Amino acid sequence: MTSTVTADPRVGKSDSGGGRGTGGARRRLPRIPDRIRNGGLPYLLLLPAILLELLVHLIPMIVGIVMSFRQLTQFFISNWGNAPWTGLDNYSVAVDFDAPIGKALLHSFFVTCAFTFFAVGLSWLFGVAAAIMLQENFRGRGVLRAIFLVPYALPVYAAVITWAFMFQRDNGLVNHVLHDQLGITDQPSFWLIGDNSFIALLVVSVWKGWPFALLILMAGLQNIPNELYEAASIDGAGIWQQIRKITLPSLRPVNQVLVLVLFLWTFNDFNTPFVLFGRAAPENADLISLHIYQSSFVTWNFGTGSAMSVLLLLFLLLVTAVYLLLTSRGRKGSGV
Amino acid sequence: MAAPASFVWTRRIILTLLAGFVLLPVYVMVSSSLKPLQDVSGKFQWIPSGLTVRPYFDIWKTVPLAKYFANSLIVAGAATVASVIIAVFSAYAVSRYAFRGKRVFTITVLSTQMFPGILFLLPLFLIYVNIGNSTGIALYGSRGGLILTYLTFSLPFSIWMLIGYFDSIPKDLDEAAKVDGCGPLGALFRVVVPAAVPGIVAVAVYAFMTAWGEVLFASVMTNDTTRTLAVGLQGYATQNDVYWNQVMAASLVVSVPVVAGFLLLQRYLVAGLTAGAVK
Repeated sequence: MTSTVTADPRVGKSDSGGGRGTGGARRRLPRIPDRIRNGGLPYLLLLPAILLELLVHLIPMIVGIVMSFRQLTQFFISNWGNAPWTGLDNYSVAVDFDAPIGKALLHSFFVTCAFTFFAVGLSWLFGVAAAIMLQENFRGRGVLRAIFLVPYALPVYAAVITWAFMFQRDNGLVNHVLHDQLGITDQPSFWLIGDNSFIALLVVSVWKGWPFALLILMAGLQNIPNELYEAASIDGAGIWQQIRKITLPSLRPVNQVLVLVLFLWTFNDFNTPFVLFGRAAPENADLISLHIYQSSFVTWNFGTGSAMSVLLLLFLLLVTAVYLLLTSRGRKGSGV
Repeated sequence: MAAPASFVWTRRIILTLLAGFVLLPVYVMVSSSLKPLQDVSGKFQWIPSGLTVRPYFDIWKTVPLAKYFANSLIVAGAATVASVIIAVFSAYAVSRYAFRGKRVFTITVLSTQMFPGILFLLPLFLIYVNIGNSTGIALYGSRGGLILTYLTFSLPFSIWMLIGYFDSIPKDLDEAAKVDGCGPLGALFRVVVPAAVPGIVAVAVYAFMTAWGEVLFASVMTNDTTRTLAVGLQGYATQNDVYWNQVMAASLVVSVPVVAGFLLLQRYLVAGLTAGAVK
């Protein structure tokens, strides 16, 4: 079996190239050169994906961009092709940081940046700690790994609704522990409105997000060759040194992808604040996705909502491009 | 070589803390789902004073949970099947053939994956309304329309993961199959797909889980008859009271299928991620 596998491709290639094989009737038919045959086939295979990409991504994106230049209020929803053209008006409203709408957008942007920074940082930290601690075999390792992946598997709304219950002021677990049992707070606090909402959102987001970091990092750890550790332990390096000198540096390429993915997911997250707070988040936890949703579907100001979406898109493209540029340069420089 | 005591103790502490953090809401969900209403309305109790299974019977009557369940199953299932099948073809093309436009295609797929759903929500909403007005086809509010919006996230992810997975399968295998008389599609279905089963399972599990938990499109694009669990669970909050015990029971019921499926298949998911995403 293996010998035919290695020998046959060469025969196949010379056949299709020359087209004058010694074989049966089928081979004597005029052969279409591989190059042209391949030319059509990949496109045929891609056709469903291309059509759907057009339908769900490209056309909506074009519609979104066009709508951001129009005055799209609720009166024009069923007839949006006729919404009056307003040029850059929606954009100037969105970025007029002295007026209420622009001010709120800017605030939401900064909240999202701060939130993303802490949520990604903590998720990564928890993930890397657990991945390293789970690397070696010990009793209960499989069970722990399964437990840790539960938040990842739970449907967002079921998990977040449970957190919303825990953060209830009068009947929630959090206030019961902090106020009744530990006596840390003077009186039961509000968690889902006011200043504390940022903390509540952060806790839920990290709880839900860190198992993904663990999953990716566990996969990354499997790719580190065992010889590295063996060589290091022969040289007398302890386990802490091995972690610092081998494990963490080897995870660098994985970390670069992971941090980018975590950033995009956290920055774009809609589900968590929506289930935790409802259609309008408290000011301190007003993430950008929910903010745009609220500007569009609650206040029915779709034109400004579209402009905000386009601005968000430009921002994400910029950050991703800069990040990819920096990390690829870093990779070249360090020789990884 | 046994790990030193300092490492073992650090490991014990860190893993215990993380397990506590992870399991806390699970405990709240399970214990509260077994409490009578007056207990979940008053101060939280670590140990329930009276156990009852009534919430598990009431959840089906307070809201039409079975209908929401069926809607979620249809929408998430159809989105998963559609995106995996389409992704298998396109990932095969990208992984095995050189053609003009390949880079444009892969970059488009990769970049749409990073866009927030909110970006597509409004345009898709407008397009659906427009199609409904001009042709009478009711995409807005229909299950078919919702399935289509779910492809905005499940399709690019599936394509991207499967490209990575197919790349990790030696090309010699399907070259050999072609020499043995298989056409390109024969090679795909007889060699590449069977060899990629773990990757395909991983992608399907992931796509289904994401669709099962989706909130944004579900909250705008559904109506009374097509509502999914993501929106339907909000029905346990009435004007006077939130039936927290029923909310927790319903949350548990809708979670058990996906969590069980995930834990059974997680080995494939790690294998799929190793080959696909982490390289």
